[in-house]
Amino acid sequence: MSVALPHMPRGARRRAMGVLALLVGVGVAVALALLALRENINLFYSPSEVAAGEAPTGRVVRVGGLVQAGSVRRAEEGLDVEFVLTDGAATVTVRYRGILPDLFREGQGIVAQGRLGPEGVLVADQVLAKHDENYMPPEVADALREAHERSVRGAAPGGAP
Amino acid sequence: MVAHLLTPQGLDGFAARWAPRLLWTAGLMIAAGLYGGLVLAPVDEEQGEAYRIIYVHVPAAWLSLYGYMAMAAAGAVALIWRIRVAEVLLGAAAPVGAAFTALALATGAIWGKPMWGTWWVWDARLTSELILLFLYIGVMALRSAAEDPRAGARAAAILALAGVVNVPIIHFSVEWWNTLHQGPTVTRLAAPAIHPAMLVPLLLMAAAFMVYHAGAVLLRVRCLLAVEPAAALAEERA
Repeated sequence: MSVALPHMPRGARRRAMGVLALLVGVGVAVALALLALRENINLFYSPSEVAAGEAPTGRVVRVGGLVQAGSVRRAEEGLDVEFVLTDGAATVTVRYRGILPDLFREGQGIVAQGRLGPEGVLVADQVLAKHDENYMPPEVADALREAHERSVRGAAPGGAP
Repeated sequence: MVAHLLTPQGLDGFAARWAPRLLWTAGLMIAAGLYGGLVLAPVDEEQGEAYRIIYVHVPAAWLSLYGYMAMAAAGAVALIWRIRVAEVLLGAAAPVGAAFTALALATGAIWGKPMWGTWWVWDARLTSELILLFLYIGVMALRSAAEDPRAGARAAAILALAGVVNVPIIHFSVEWWNTLHQGPTVTRLAAPAIHPAMLVPLLLMAAAFMVYHAGAVLLRVRCLLAVEPAAALAEERA
């Protein structure tokens, strides 16, 4: 085995193996730990998981999804708001009283934290907006939207671009 | 030439020449990058002006990972070949990387409050980046905990290498788990999901931070070599 490294006496070779063993050992240990914990590391449940009964009721949980278009209903007075979170397969209704983040809008990714009621309604005490990875100037976004509308004119609206 | 750099005196002379040049270059690049990012780049359609914090946040976060890999590489060399300049580089790289990590965490929190609605959330990306800060601090503490700087550096190198596992975790956290933090924009396999007019200043800032990192590490190398010179000469002969 010839490795192009600065001259490697016996001791150095042994220590290099030690470093390699350290990296591999820690890597394997952490991978196993993360594998065991993988459900708990997720920040939120999806509406499908809630529908499947995977999210505990009566405990504080987070549910994440897109705000369904046309589902946001605000109270006549006060800060009460109700909306539907969807992941395309299932939905969860969220009730919240408070100030919504700037990015909150229909179609936006949202993470709501609260307790799941027995009828599957999430009574939230915190609503966080999730930004996507896209950055574009408004003119470009307008042009994209127009092109999109031209191509789907007549078809059902909705869905992320 | 390269062998000369492996001696404390050689590295000190190299750092004396290059640290100021790199830092001045970085200063000019940062000025240009900030002008491009804060003035020339267009506003974002969703976030308005607030998105401009990415011109500090994203390069700082990249450099927190790059700086860690550089520090761990120095640690591996220090452990395997017992070269003192590698130990000094490890010690010099830790605070610089820690500063970038702290900057990434702070700017992320400042952006998170108006955009997400919270300063902090314990999702996988934010938590693993916080652990990175603790790793940096641990390396710094362990290095200076021992009476003999060389023994301290070797202990710190082991911690630095053990912490390398956190680097891919940070990078892939937003893909492996669901998080509040968004996915990668620039480093994904598909085309970057950012308009070129916004991307150019971002890459310029990243390059500027890399140049600054090199300059700042070399400056700290000089400090460390000045503080521990006697040990340097004595140990180098041993």
